[in-house]
Amino acid sequence: MSNQRDMSTRMGQGHETGHLLIVDDNKVNRLLLGRGLEQQGHSVDFAENGVLALDKLAQERFDLILLDIEMPELDGYQVLERIIQDTDLRDIPVIMTTATEELESVVRCIELGAEDYLTKPVNAVLLRARINASLEKKRLRDQQRELIKKFATEEVAEQMMTDGFELGGRMVEATVMFSDIRGFTSICEAQSPADIIELLNTYYTLMFEAITDHGGIVNQIIGDGLMSLFGAPVSRPGHPQLAVKAALEMIEMIELFNVDQESAGLMPIKIGIGIATGSVIAGFTGTLRRATYTCVGDAVNQASRLEGLTKDVGQPILINETTRQALGDDIPVEDQGIVPIRGKKEAVRVYSVPVANN
Amino acid sequence: MSEAVIDQTTYDELKDLVGEEFIGELVETFFEEAPGLLKAMRQALVDVDPETFRRSAHSLKSNSATFGATHLAALARELEVRSRDSDLEQAEPKLDELEAEYRRAAEALKAMI
Repeated sequence: MSNQRDMSTRMGQGHETGHLLIVDDNKVNRLLLGRGLEQQGHSVDFAENGVLALDKLAQERFDLILLDIEMPELDGYQVLERIIQDTDLRDIPVIMTTATEELESVVRCIELGAEDYLTKPVNAVLLRARINASLEKKRLRDQQRELIKKFATEEVAEQMMTDGFELGGRMVEATVMFSDIRGFTSICEAQSPADIIELLNTYYTLMFEAITDHGGIVNQIIGDGLMSLFGAPVSRPGHPQLAVKAALEMIEMIELFNVDQESAGLMPIKIGIGIATGSVIAGFTGTLRRATYTCVGDAVNQASRLEGLTKDVGQPILINETTRQALGDDIPVEDQGIVPIRGKKEAVRVYSVPVANN
Repeated sequence: MSEAVIDQTTYDELKDLVGEEFIGELVETFFEEAPGLLKAMRQALVDVDPETFRRSAHSLKSNSATFGATHLAALARELEVRSRDSDLEQAEPKLDELEAEYRRAAEALKAMI
């Protein structure tokens, strides 16, 4: 059968073209849809049931999927459900192709997350209009996502894309970490501006890596200080352990960094880390024009105070009682006694996490 | 015959859309697929398998409508709806009717391409 791949170079008059997947168990339908789409300048691929469709989706990148509801093996709903649950696939627009009397099913699919629908036999004008609209929307969404990613972390961007943007927060259980370079002001005075910027960039790179490797996100950068969250905005079991392990890795990274610094005749640095687990209010704050994802609450205050306290105690990592309880016996800690903390009426018990070289 | 086996307008629209050569290809594909669907429906009656019966009727309906085989599509649709309610008791004479109508539609289509 000559499938006439006459996509030519005709990219259509001002419409987007893409790589499309047609999923239909009916061969006549597949051929017909494929023909119509190729005539409009798209490249198409076919799958004759849901299982094959998911195989194809795992192998290749598609810009849009035309999905039949009624199919053997895995039907349209099941395929749609898997697509929506898959973070790699859920951004691909799905247009359901259905018989006219299946409108109830269509409603279900739209509710599940399908972009649009077309009734069979498919009308050529509608086909063109809906495909173009979907591809255009996808392009705008991709652009928006790229933009958001530049000023927010990937996870916050994801949350914004799925839940929409809304000021306001929710109460979550999370672990907050503050870290800071000790005596940074005197370091600044002793080194050239270029050296300082380079030092900061290396420092950020190392710290970000240790934090994100443990599922944390860096929420704010204030000078040489970092505020990081574990367990928010995406809830993650074991966030206290992850935060402490990230802290240990951060210290280790700094030790390695210092070896380089010293051999280059530059000053070594020291960091202090405060970690506190507890309830925080997390969400977008600001105005609709300029907003930031942030966390407020007791655990935030405690983490910040504990970080400040590392100087006085002479220990690089300090954690609060709730973090310690969550650690169990996995990571050894040392009781540093009850310490008054600014902003809290009662003094709190503080623990340090011993570091190998300290 | 009060009604044409193939609705000329639907067929012509399809031809305009996909081109003379390709519509021949589509019709040929339909001829390859349809007998298998009818056979599957017949077998599904023997096996008391309303799901296969329904799915085959659904496919046949969809394709018939594409080519403008209006009456064939209506018959297939009726059988599809019936099997959805698992009511296959009286389906056999309807299936005979469907097969006869398919033969008429196929002949008409053959003459058109």
